[in-house]
Amino acid sequence: MSVTHQPSPLAKLEQKTVNDIVLKGKRIDGRGPLDHRALTIMLGTVEKANGSAQVYLGKTRILAGVKIQTGTPFEDTPNEGILTVNAEFVPLAYPTFETGPPDEDSIELARVVDRGIRESKAIDLKKLCIDPGKKVFVVFVDIYILDHDGNLIDAAGMAALGALISATMQEFDFKDGEIRYKDSKMPLPMLNYPVPVTSVKVGNSIVVDPCLEEEQVMSCRLTVTTDKNDNVCAMQKGGLGVFTPEEIKQTVSSSIQKSRDLREKVLSKVK
Amino acid sequence: MGKEKEVRLINENGLRVDGRRLDELRPLKLEVGVLDKADGSAYIEHGRNKILAAVFGPREAHPKHIALADRAVVRCRYHMAPFSTDERKSPAPSRRELELSKVIRESLEPSIMAEFFPRSSIDIFIEVLQADAGTRCAGITSASLALADAGIPLRELVAACAAGKIEGKVVLDLSDVEDKKGDADLPIAFMPKSNSIGLLQMDGSLSESEFNQALEMSVNACRTIYEMQKETLRQKYHVEHDESEKEEVAEVKV
Repeated sequence: MSVTHQPSPLAKLEQKTVNDIVLKGKRIDGRGPLDHRALTIMLGTVEKANGSAQVYLGKTRILAGVKIQTGTPFEDTPNEGILTVNAEFVPLAYPTFETGPPDEDSIELARVVDRGIRESKAIDLKKLCIDPGKKVFVVFVDIYILDHDGNLIDAAGMAALGALISATMQEFDFKDGEIRYKDSKMPLPMLNYPVPVTSVKVGNSIVVDPCLEEEQVMSCRLTVTTDKNDNVCAMQKGGLGVFTPEEIKQTVSSSIQKSRDLREKVLSKVK
Repeated sequence: MGKEKEVRLINENGLRVDGRRLDELRPLKLEVGVLDKADGSAYIEHGRNKILAAVFGPREAHPKHIALADRAVVRCRYHMAPFSTDERKSPAPSRRELELSKVIRESLEPSIMAEFFPRSSIDIFIEVLQADAGTRCAGITSASLALADAGIPLRELVAACAAGKIEGKVVLDLSDVEDKKGDADLPIAFMPKSNSIGLLQMDGSLSESEFNQALEMSVNACRTIYEMQKETLRQKYHVEHDESEKEEVAEVKV
């Protein structure tokens, strides 16, 4: 059952400070309302994974790994490979992250990232079919939160995208019901590059890429995932506050703009 | 190719598979006070969706550590019955249900005056008996009525509805077939008086202008649903005044 969260004790103390600064069109870390924090992406940091990416968004640090294995296709898509996305809020990332099965926040994050990849048709799943109805490749995207300083969704989305575009898999032949792997490798077939952009409402202002303090005092957030053609492919509102329709339209518009730079940054890492 | 052509979601007259216009809601039936033991309850039929919502509380928060000193906690469970879908659904909560429980709670909480009930808990249970696309929205619409039926002070009723895209056209309130074959789905929960959106999700593919069109469409539909919600409560809680009372009221007004 989903229960109202205990607010962070710091949130109430910092609320006024953060609000006042945002009201003046500034941020507590000196950014403007529509500025992202510094973004650093490193691809291929885990050699044993098919693909991996480490993303720093300010002090938020996320590692995503892609593993590609064989499995059975779903009955309604016998000719398509399978995508699964999971997120782990690792206890070393934040004092209140605990061990145990994923809670609703990590499920929400994984599902928002999943929708972005799935709905933009980022992976060419048809090319991951081995034997229709019997055997396909399963692409596991595992997102590891290593340091939590706010805006986990965007950092996770870009880490997942980085891990996917860096992913390679063994070339293969399928004959007489058997897969024969070749020595050569090929990149994971990609068709699109979704990038999430999250904004939060602090007081009556909207700022992009919230740091942790802003996230703790925000009333609500809106994630807009955009594909390479500027189409919106996934959205999610979170938090106990509300947006007006006008605020939503504005945020969608600014998120589409912002996603272009971020996408270019992620893609520039591929050789 | 030929196979895909067979499934036409919009015919040459611009009507959909179930005969609706592009901006037409499915038939909606609302009822309140349908359960005996719950503090508040509501039943909704929206297209072929059949959903029961119940509210308990404000009551003592349990376990105690979840209680908040300055307001009530709101707890919410969205759940689908095993027989509600084409294939049997396992009764164990899926990741989808866990996510929806969270976003539904977040859409209803802004409407609840939780600050009146510190240290207590308001519990919302949504059971989908039959699913036909748009269950989260129908769940919210009915849960908001159940909250009102429980006598919990609300800022406003919450109405919810989805818009989407099928065959390149923006349409209102996708049905099961349309949701499966369609190109996008945009569920929202809306409070008309405060002009505020408490739930918004989207999947599929929409250009910015299509998104804006879909948003307008679903916001307008929520206004219609909101009126139906109010009418449902009025009918349930209608009080017959006798003639002498009516005169008194009239006199006071003068």
